Amino acid sequence: MLSVIPSLQPLWLTLKVAGVATLSAFLAGVALAFLLAKGRFRGKEWLDAFLTMPLVLPPTVLGYYLIVLVGRNGWIGRRLYEAFGVTLMFTWQGAALAAAIVSLPLVLKSARAAFEGVDQNLEKAALTLGLSKTGVFFRVSFPLAWRGILAGTMLAFARAMGEFGATLMIAGNLPGKTQTLSLAVYSAVQAGNDSLAATLVLITSLVCIIVLVSSGSILKTSYLKEINR
Amino acid sequence: MKRAIFYLVSLLCSLMLSFCFVEAASAEQELIVSAAASLTNAFGEIGKKFEIANPGTKVVFNFGASGALLQQIDKGAPVDVFASADQKTMDQAAEKGLIISGARKDFASNELVIIIPHGAGTPVKALQDLSAREIGKIAMGNPETVPAGRYAQEVLTNEGLWERLKPKLIFGESVRQVLDYVSRGEVDAAFVFATDAAVAKDHVIVALEAPKHKPITYPISVVGSTKNRDLAGRFVDFVLSGQGREILFTYGFKKP
Repeated sequence: MLSVIPSLQPLWLTLKVAGVATLSAFLAGVALAFLLAKGRFRGKEWLDAFLTMPLVLPPTVLGYYLIVLVGRNGWIGRRLYEAFGVTLMFTWQGAALAAAIVSLPLVLKSARAAFEGVDQNLEKAALTLGLSKTGVFFRVSFPLAWRGILAGTMLAFARAMGEFGATLMIAGNLPGKTQTLSLAVYSAVQAGNDSLAATLVLITSLVCIIVLVSSGSILKTSYLKEINR
Repeated sequence: MKRAIFYLVSLLCSLMLSFCFVEAASAEQELIVSAAASLTNAFGEIGKKFEIANPGTKVVFNFGASGALLQQIDKGAPVDVFASADQKTMDQAAEKGLIISGARKDFASNELVIIIPHGAGTPVKALQDLSAREIGKIAMGNPETVPAGRYAQEVLTNEGLWERLKPKLIFGESVRQVLDYVSRGEVDAAFVFATDAAVAKDHVIVALEAPKHKPITYPISVVGSTKNRDLAGRFVDFVLSGQGREILFTYGFKKP
């Protein structure tokens, strides 16, 4: 039983990385989705395609882009290092960045569809009744679209938890620092430590089931509340 | 229109299915060689020469950390030849009865070196310099699976530096990943084999040779579960032949 205790550390790290990644993907995703759904500007569909790319690209391609961009000699990474002396390579923040980028399209796609499903007449009515544009967003558009957004966010969290390829490339596989559950399973199997691998696999499966069941029931109860209203 | 789409989709599906079987019917004889990551360049060339010398054979390489390759063979991967970067991994393979022990031979040796990125500001002249504050991150292979990492751990432990340097260490999945970290300047120093440093000599500088470790010799053997016993034996002989040795020398490997 004692051997189980140290192996819980990757779980907390995974939840931290996935949590931060999902929050970032949620904020950026909702804002961008609203822009894409309601905005009118040139190259809109190109922007959508660009932001959806992480969903289609192999994680290794994404990992390469990230190393080239935010690595210590990277385009952004060099400036970051010179200005603040920090680098995202080999840190859990780097892992969170990778996970946020791969899960962004999941929030974006469902949020955009949800915003587009909101009746425009309601938004226009709110405007004529004197609400500001931000007021319309927070009091009309978002409340009506939030079920779709929540479903997308749930998927984003699941995707962030399982992120492997890009994370391995940018954050490395450092036990105690950047070794998330998926990386820990990989290391345990590579080293032939089957009992540790089995423990980690069980923990991961259990957490995923809990997340799916609980978020599913949140969606359901809130839907029931809505139609009873 | 709908019917046309239906026909098109079923045509595509049957085409996909047929692809699955075409591969199995290929006439070429395939030899799968699992080899240590540090052998990537040298074995790539040896493989090409072997294919020329043995028409109708195709050598498929599986490069990776020796320890990881051992696990794959242990779990039943259809490998014909195994070459590791240390004796320990091959000993483990022998203990588990995975290799044909009579076919095991040492074919090369190597040196462990400490490298720094090209144009790095901080020189490393002795092992003790690694504990300087200017050296922020030091990469090495994961000692659990990567032989180069295992040798590096041995060096640092014998020098009494292991505990002190531990917070700075970044473990790579193979010696080539470690090499890449230094080439990109993501770490300030790293332990790799001399032959790896030579492959990336435009990006890295060899600071010093690592002292105090067991001699680094590479063993090769035929895997017990092979179905191409004869061809696998011929590949091992080819690596040990004059032609094989010559290729290994050009990449910086030494006599075992």
